[in-house]
Amino acid sequence: MFSNNGLIILLTLLVALMASITPMPLSVDAFRPDWVLIVLVYWCLALPNKINILTAWVMGFILDVLLGSVLGVHASAMALSVYIVIVNFQKIRNFSVWQQALIVGVLSAQYHLIVFWLQRFLSDVVFLPNYLYPVITTIVLWPWVFLLLRRVRRHFRIK
Amino acid sequence: MNPIFNQGISPVQRLTFVLICSAALIFFDHKMASFETARGYLQTLVSPLQYMANAPKQMMTWASENIITRRQLMSENQDYREKELFFHEQALQLSIVRQENERLRSLLSSPVRGGIKKMFAEILSVDSDPYSHQVVINRGTNDGVYEGQPVLDEKGIVGQILHVGASSSRVILISDISHAIPVRVQRNGLRLIASGSGQIDRLIHNFVPHSADVKTGDLLVTSGLGGKYPEGYPVSRVVLVRTDESREFSTIYSQPVAQIDRLRYMLLLSKEEAVKPVSTLSNKKVAMGKS
Repeated sequence: MFSNNGLIILLTLLVALMASITPMPLSVDAFRPDWVLIVLVYWCLALPNKINILTAWVMGFILDVLLGSVLGVHASAMALSVYIVIVNFQKIRNFSVWQQALIVGVLSAQYHLIVFWLQRFLSDVVFLPNYLYPVITTIVLWPWVFLLLRRVRRHFRIK
Repeated sequence: MNPIFNQGISPVQRLTFVLICSAALIFFDHKMASFETARGYLQTLVSPLQYMANAPKQMMTWASENIITRRQLMSENQDYREKELFFHEQALQLSIVRQENERLRSLLSSPVRGGIKKMFAEILSVDSDPYSHQVVINRGTNDGVYEGQPVLDEKGIVGQILHVGASSSRVILISDISHAIPVRVQRNGLRLIASGSGQIDRLIHNFVPHSADVKTGDLLVTSGLGGKYPEGYPVSRVVLVRTDESREFSTIYSQPVAQIDRLRYMLLLSKEEAVKPVSTLSNKKVAMGKS
């Protein structure tokens, strides 16, 4: 994983983790995009030989610790979402950026719903529509993150 | 060149393995609570990340505190001075009342209340997870924080310590869906339980009979039952009482007094007898005082 500037991948993932816990005002916080998921999906599409389900699971686990949720909730949701990308990466690669954005939106919705179902199973939380607001920002963010990370990958020649 | 037909473990096998791991983790963490100590270590491990993620906000507050006019500072100073005088006068009164209370208590041969040690803490981050209401503060085992310690702000009870790391710890707020706190109505001493609702501005009181004397606007304070929270701190104010006779119990909602959505500085209380500070000024980090 660390050969050919693989360390940069780790760095981007760390930045994504930090972005997902930086304090925000309550009104903006409801729209916080799934930074970790977006970055993981990009690297899965670009370098599926380096980033796999195990990486996704570990990132989800760290997110669990950072967010203080029951250990394993975000980890399993992240692994399931990334699994879909891993299985279909050759198809998704050929789509245009906006089509990819829609797919990432579906993945993000699935991620949030899995987290919600698990939480619902563990404690009696009720569903509010604003749990799915991050999906919108995630769709809007994808093209920019895609272009930025592609630049990063080409500049550092990560293979 | 990457091989086209890569060998090794297939994604399905990886996924199954990972999901089994998650299921085991969820079971042991939620049902058995066997990760309490491990969580402390994990909290310590990730605390650098939290400190780093907090840096931009810290910089903004630093800037906004530094870019301030002289006039503003002066008016603020004046304000604080007036307040200090006011509080000082109240403290004088309080010490007389306390002495009197202790004397009366000793006459009644009931135990005299011990002092409460206090520690100052600042908020580090708020969870973006909408399913749980937790915040992280910048004090840990190094400062003597322990699990279950009550936390309050200048208005009232905020919550209690959930997990402790070396230099940061996690506070569960009273509005969290899994939290409940024993309270009593200040007006008449009626005992209730305030359970979190998952909404930041609402606590729910279950199993209150229709005949109970609770009115809108009543202040609810901690009852000291259960031994977690010390007695007499304000918790919430009743905002809605609905007595619908077709239901078994009345519906009562209250709103936390503490400003849970804009926390910044908090106080941690600990029950043990306050120790005399060894060196008063060198240990600035932990502000102690006797109540």
